[in-house]
Amino acid sequence: MRTYFESYAVLGALLLVGGGIVAGGLAANRLLRPNRPTAEKLTTYECGVDPVGENWAHSYVRYYVFSYLYVVFAVDAVFLFPWATVFSAPGYGMTTLGEMFVFLGFLAAGLLYAGKKGVLSWV
Amino acid sequence: MLEIVVKLALVAAAFAVLPLLVGQAEHKVMAHMQGRLGPMYAGRFHGWAQLVADGVKFAQKEDVVPRAADRWIFKLAPGVALVPYLLVLIVIPVGPGGQVALDLGIGVFFALAVMGVGVIGAIMAGWASANKYSLLGGMRVAAQLMSYELPMVFAASSVAMAAGTLSMQGIVGEWRWWWLPWQAVGAVVFFVAGLAELRRPPFDMPVADSEIIFGPYTEYGGLRFALFLLAEYAGIIVLCALTAVLFLGGWKGPFLNTELGWLWTGLKVGVLSFLVIWLRVSYPRMREDQLQKLAWAWLVPLSLAQLALTGVVKVATA
Repeated sequence: MRTYFESYAVLGALLLVGGGIVAGGLAANRLLRPNRPTAEKLTTYECGVDPVGENWAHSYVRYYVFSYLYVVFAVDAVFLFPWATVFSAPGYGMTTLGEMFVFLGFLAAGLLYAGKKGVLSWV
Repeated sequence: MLEIVVKLALVAAAFAVLPLLVGQAEHKVMAHMQGRLGPMYAGRFHGWAQLVADGVKFAQKEDVVPRAADRWIFKLAPGVALVPYLLVLIVIPVGPGGQVALDLGIGVFFALAVMGVGVIGAIMAGWASANKYSLLGGMRVAAQLMSYELPMVFAASSVAMAAGTLSMQGIVGEWRWWWLPWQAVGAVVFFVAGLAELRRPPFDMPVADSEIIFGPYTEYGGLRFALFLLAEYAGIIVLCALTAVLFLGGWKGPFLNTELGWLWTGLKVGVLSFLVIWLRVSYPRMREDQLQKLAWAWLVPLSLAQLALTGVVKVATA
C-alpha cells in the first residue's frame, strides 16, 4: 500500500501522460493537415446561410430549477459516501439505519414538494 | 518505480486500444442489425479497413477554428472531454491481488467525480463554438448531466454501503453472487444514468442531428472531432468497466477466479459494451422532457428505494 501523497503523484503522472497523448497527437497532426483559412471557411456554420444576429443567442434556460435541485441533492449525496463505509460497523446498526431513513425521508419529501410545485414538468 | 511505469504504460495502452475495439464493434454490429452496406465494404472482408480509413481521413483534415469562436476554450475542449476517462481507468481493477494500476482508498468516489469532468468538455465546446446550435446542444448536455448524475451517485453509494468500503478492489472482494438480485435495481439505474451521461442513444438529445446538426460538436472537424468521438468510446469502456466492477462482481466468475480473473472482467465489459451498441440500434431518441422525466420521476426514486433496501438487508444480516 502506497502512502497518500504517492498515490496522488501517480495520478498526476497519468494526467501528464494524458495531456501528452492529446497534445502530441495534435502536434503531429500539424504536419499532416493543410492550413488554408479563408473568410468564408471561418464563418459560423448556420445551414449554409450567413449567421443571423448574435452567436451567443439569448434563450430561456428552462431547466434552471433542476440545477438548484441538483445542487441541493448532490451536497446531500456527497455525505453518503463516508457514512456508507461505517454505517453497519459493530455498535451502530439500528441507530444509523434510523438515521438513513430520516435522510431518505428528507430527500423524498423534497422531491415530492418539487413535483407538487410543478417544477419537474418541462414547460 | 518500474512497476508504476509498466502499469501506467498498460493503462495508456488499454486507453488507446479498447475504445477503438468498441468503435469497430459498433460499425459491424450496427451494420448487421440494420442491414447497413457502407461499413461492410472497405477492405473487402467485413469492411475491416473502415476504421483505418476513418482515422486517415480525420488526420488529414484541416483544423478550422471559426472566427467568432472563443479560441482557447474551443481548442482545449476535446482534451478536457477525453483525458478524464484515462484517469478513471487507473482505479479499475481487472483481477485479484495487485491487478489494478492504483488501488485508491476512495476509488468509487474518485471515479464518479472524474467521470463528471469529461462532460464539461462537451459544455465547453458548446459554449466556445459561438454557434446557436452548439450552444443549445451544450445547454442540453448540462441539463442531462445534472439530472442523471444524482441517481448514478446514489446507485454507486448503495454498493459502497453493501461492501463497507469505497475501494474498488475491496468492493469486488466483498461481492457475493446474491448481490446480483440485491443490487439489481441499483445496477440498472447506474447503467442507464451512465448512458445518459455519455449522451449515447437513446439519450442523444444534445447531439440530435436532425434538429441541431451535431450539437456542441457542430463546428469541429478533423482530429479534434475525432478526439470527441474517441472520448465517447472511452466513456463506454469506463462505464461498462465500472458497472462490471461495482455490480457484476468484476473478476469473480463461477470458476477460476484467481487464475482467469482478468478474463471475467474483460468478458463482462465486452458483453455490456455490446449491450450499449444494441440499445443504440433498438431505441428511438428520447425527447428532452421525457429525458428529464425519466431521471427525476423514475431513476431518483428507484435509487432512493435501493438505498433503503441495501441499508435494511445489510443491518439485518450484519
